[in-house]
Amino acid sequence: MTAPRDGSPQPVPGTVREELVLERIDRARRARPRVREDRITMSHGAGGKATQTLIEAVFLDTFRNPILEPLEDAARLDVSGASIAMTTDSYVVKPLFFPGGNIGDLAVNGTVNDLSMAGAVPLYLSAAFILEEGFPVADVARIAASMQAAATRAGVQVVTGDTKVVEKGKADGCYINTAGLGMISRDISLGVAQARPGDVIMVSGPIGDHGVTIMLARGELDIEADIASDTAPLNGLVADLLAAAPGVRALRDATRGGVATILNEIAAAASVGVVVSEDDIPVRAEVRGASELLGIDPMYVACEGRLVAVVGPKDAGRALAALQAHPQGAGAAIIGAVTAGPPGIVELKTAFGGTRIVDLLVGDPLPRIC
Amino acid sequence: MKFVDEFRDAGTAHALAARIAALCEPGRQYKLMEVCGGHTHTIYKHGLEDYLPEQVTLVHGPGCPVCVIPMGRVDDAMALASEPDVIMTSFGDMMRVPGSNGSFFDARARGTDIRMVYSPLDSLKIARQNPGKRVVFMAIGFETTAPSTAMTLLRAAAEGLANFSIFCNHVMIIPAIKAILDSPDLRLDGFIGPGHVSTVIGCRPYEFVARDYGKPVVVAGFEPLDILQSIYLLMLQLSRGEAAVENQYARVVPWDGNAVALRAIGQTMELRPYFEWRGLGFISHSALRVREEYARFDAETLFSVPGVRVADPQACQCGEVLKGVLKPWECKVFGTACTPETPIGTCMVSPEGACAAYYNYGRLTRRRVKEASTS
Repeated sequence: MTAPRDGSPQPVPGTVREELVLERIDRARRARPRVREDRITMSHGAGGKATQTLIEAVFLDTFRNPILEPLEDAARLDVSGASIAMTTDSYVVKPLFFPGGNIGDLAVNGTVNDLSMAGAVPLYLSAAFILEEGFPVADVARIAASMQAAATRAGVQVVTGDTKVVEKGKADGCYINTAGLGMISRDISLGVAQARPGDVIMVSGPIGDHGVTIMLARGELDIEADIASDTAPLNGLVADLLAAAPGVRALRDATRGGVATILNEIAAAASVGVVVSEDDIPVRAEVRGASELLGIDPMYVACEGRLVAVVGPKDAGRALAALQAHPQGAGAAIIGAVTAGPPGIVELKTAFGGTRIVDLLVGDPLPRIC
Repeated sequence: MKFVDEFRDAGTAHALAARIAALCEPGRQYKLMEVCGGHTHTIYKHGLEDYLPEQVTLVHGPGCPVCVIPMGRVDDAMALASEPDVIMTSFGDMMRVPGSNGSFFDARARGTDIRMVYSPLDSLKIARQNPGKRVVFMAIGFETTAPSTAMTLLRAAAEGLANFSIFCNHVMIIPAIKAILDSPDLRLDGFIGPGHVSTVIGCRPYEFVARDYGKPVVVAGFEPLDILQSIYLLMLQLSRGEAAVENQYARVVPWDGNAVALRAIGQTMELRPYFEWRGLGFISHSALRVREEYARFDAETLFSVPGVRVADPQACQCGEVLKGVLKPWECKVFGTACTPETPIGTCMVSPEGACAAYYNYGRLTRRRVKEASTS
């Protein structure tokens, strides 16, 4: 393009102008995160962009160290020659009891799964309870019993804990925090940053069951569907997967933010592109139906017993077979692949035959008006 | 899934795309406006533009309920919400729309009681459960949502609820379409007519578009094949030099609309002499207010609403985007100062807004088209 001679603005052809805009957006997206709000809003807890910004701009910036930096589901600690995985998670689900589980099994399974995603064998859990004045003791007992049942199923023990009670109105019945420890075998090193072009991406079963179950269980929508939370421990499934397919590069459980958020984390951490095919993503008809009614996308809806695996191309067949052979992975499917680029972008081939971007959401998916 | 998958069949889409391409006259450009934000959302969500020949451009219209709410009305709602003992209730889409002093979400973080509801009837429930509070429903939307607000008013009256009111921001689609047709800076070839609005108002109100302005209108459904077929029908009319109103969405839209819904609206609401639209300015007889008989449910009567007109942020070009004069990416602040995280304009807030839809879903497609054309 030649410089304008008389200094008057020259019309820039549309596509060139658009390309410049897209480059500017890419630059803006790579800029250092900054929290713009002066107060915490619900978006900061939704697992999307706002959560990521808060974590990176405040917590990572303050606590920065090489162990925390990868922001994986569990930290890997090398202590006296052994590799230990450590993680923690808080549970504030509402309602506390829902089809398929309650806050108790969720609190055990979630932490077991975070350890499992690091390739660790989960061993020990802590449990801390924040209880609201007036909360029924029978419910506390019921929740504790579910936790023990989940712990037995996962082969872990709750070995330490804490109890606090706050005044009525200062908490919503019962909150639980669990932390977990597990052992990582020396030859296992998983992380989303290791994804390489050509790798295969799979999920271990239909997505969105938990999130939609919770939305419906809140009873605000007057929609009923025969559907239950998928909350389950994934350590058995992961053990089988890793034994069968050493080419597994990364595992993530698709909790808050759903599969879409995990795919974006893979694309960002490894500076790769991700292409998935809508037709191949398993979603139950009930979940699809409820999502269509609400105008939300199951790709962003939480699961509590599903993992996303990134597997080297040579091991993909073995990995899928291992997942499908396990009861927790019977519905496993290959949903897409890692590509060379554009880096950081997750692309969806729609069932309709088009393509679109799958970006991080800002906050919770909001139902549309009409 | 039944009644969904049939309308997303890629094979049929390819066949329709070929027919659309065959109707393009060499050297002619076609600009078609989808009036409704729901259509914009579908177009981007399914990557529908991938099927269109380069000669056919879709222009995204003003039919996104939150996109057309001017900032002053958001500020008024905020003022209502911070009145003592008020519980403000709102649709989810509205929660992130910025006013001069942040959004409903920000206000909630500051302690204002604002609750998200899925239907105005949920607000009635909240009013019944909180007799000591004054519950206000932020009523927004076109003729699609107005009937449910009307039914809510009728029920509130029947129950004699004393602590419920609505802040009425209902707008009407026909005056907006007329404003766009009269806008000197826009050349359109035809309209993909709004589907859900038309279930209420029917197809007749669009007849003036064909008769007086010579532009074809095809009322369309919300599945991707609905829209593709509507584009085909528009192209067919254009190729024959015709201009008529057609109903592609006949499985849902009756030609004469829904008389019961229209009656309920007429019973409870009346035309405002004028109303400000974001980006489009004041349009006369374009919005609804609560009728005097129902004044006891009208928040604008019960409370003192500031009613200050707030100019759109200077950098924001939502108006041009809503009229289809600018493509989202042609706005000065698109994607940099204005993003879904930090929306300046309303078009970036709702998933039905042209800018948010393009930012979230569309960027890549256009980039690939560009790469393909340069390689």
